[in-house]
Amino acid sequence: MSTLVIAEHDNSSLKPATLSTVAAAQALGADIDILVAGGNCAAVADQAAAIAGIGKVLLADNAAYEHQLAENVSLLIADVAASYDNILSPDTSNGKNTMPRVAALLDVGQISDIIAVESADTFKRPVYAGNVIATVQSADAKKVITVRSTGFDPAAGDGGSAAIEAVDAVHDAGISAFVSEEVAVSDRPELTAASVVISGGRGMQNGENFKMLEGIADKLGAAIGASRAAVDAGFVPNDMQVGQTGKIVAPDLYIAVGISGAIQHLAGMKDSKVIVAINKDEDAPIFQVADYGLVADLFDALPELDAAL
Amino acid sequence: MKVLVAVKRVIDYNVKVRAKADGSDVDLNNVKMAINPFCEIAVEEAVRLREAGVASEVIVVSVGAKQCQEQIRTALALGADRGVHVETEGAVEPLVVAKLLKGVVDKEGPQLVILGKQSIDGDNNQTGQMLGALANMPQGTFASEIAVDGDKVNVTREVDAGMQTISLNLPAIVTADLRLNEPRYASLPNIMKAKKKPLDVFTPSDLGVEVTSHITQLRVEPPAERQAGIIVESVEQLVDKLKNEAKVIS
Repeated sequence: MSTLVIAEHDNSSLKPATLSTVAAAQALGADIDILVAGGNCAAVADQAAAIAGIGKVLLADNAAYEHQLAENVSLLIADVAASYDNILSPDTSNGKNTMPRVAALLDVGQISDIIAVESADTFKRPVYAGNVIATVQSADAKKVITVRSTGFDPAAGDGGSAAIEAVDAVHDAGISAFVSEEVAVSDRPELTAASVVISGGRGMQNGENFKMLEGIADKLGAAIGASRAAVDAGFVPNDMQVGQTGKIVAPDLYIAVGISGAIQHLAGMKDSKVIVAINKDEDAPIFQVADYGLVADLFDALPELDAAL
Repeated sequence: MKVLVAVKRVIDYNVKVRAKADGSDVDLNNVKMAINPFCEIAVEEAVRLREAGVASEVIVVSVGAKQCQEQIRTALALGADRGVHVETEGAVEPLVVAKLLKGVVDKEGPQLVILGKQSIDGDNNQTGQMLGALANMPQGTFASEIAVDGDKVNVTREVDAGMQTISLNLPAIVTADLRLNEPRYASLPNIMKAKKKPLDVFTPSDLGVEVTSHITQLRVEPPAERQAGIIVESVEQLVDKLKNEAKVIS
């Protein structure tokens, strides 16, 4: 048996989600190769080659893959997949975008968002916003799987020295093109990889008030997140949304500020190790999942917390 | 141009789902069902395209048991012109739904197919992309803005790093994210009118599709429960607990 892991990267650095996917691949017990598809992404292949226990790194470095257009990358993966039994990708926006196309090209089902490997063909995955965990079995000989990063402790990113092999086949479907992107630039850790996350909700009242979270985030080395309500209201951009359809996080410490705790938000953070909730409404559902709840006006509590740290 | 919108009947998003005690499946007895919220956004976008004169006709399709005609009627009340129901027995996997939708695409020849990015029951996030591959159409998933321009459509997508805009050749697939639009409420006169709008019913064999099963659900269970926490009295006590009890800050 052999497993292909699709690397998540931005053409210059390998993203931590890849290491969690490698860990899921290790649980399958097969030989593991990694595919790095991108444009001018040789540096990523070097980082992937350093992951412990990898057979080889396949590098498909071509302008057609630079922006991860699903039409092109899915053709490449489906082609490379011919030699593999399992194809695993992180459940990042790229993985979610591309892998179902791969599955359809291979005429197999996809198992989305696994959080545990029970056996070579049986997996656990959350459904209904995480209110239910389903155990599912695949009947397909070739398995296409996306992996929820919070379900697997990342594999070691160093100690390996796998060979890098170029994939020369170029798949350009010619039906889609990249136009532009707006990428949030931040010195803070990535939301899905941070060990501390502080999130604001509708209670923050406006985008300006999110600055009150920044001092605390700096002191704790935290990433800043938000509830859907705060994003919908235009306080902060979409890439900060934590929840069922936003980002799934499971840091050591999650601080929810002015967030009521809709099930869709809880779905994105309830696997955090320690949860703190600050809300002036003592009946807010967020307190039902919080380890430490503070019933207080956030405009009093945040400056106090900032000063106390 | 014709726009095809796919909708799914799912549990209402306000309902908290529970696993049955025997773990065989979730308990859907006497539970309120509704149109999947992301599908509703897809319908709204299609109707707006017709209102703006970009689309000439909005066709709504649903795959499932007889009851999903209720959700087709909901979409017709929101402004879709006619319905197509592909009747299946029980739940159908995303790959099969995509094959059935491909059958409808071949019949209708839409220039744009809009779907929700995921359904809130299975949380799979697959069907639109699978349809894209089967129909060899480009896709703009997790869309927060779409703009048809001649024989292309520009789609702005919500991605992990922020926003990405791509240009797709028509015909194309779009999957709706939360902020694409805010769906309207159906008015009573429109709900009445929707009852008279045409609705065609097909079977999978009419569309030349064999219903197959690739993935079997063996059991379901509730997630691990969190232990009840405590209410602290002050910020000072909170910081003390985080430092000395939970040991998550230093």
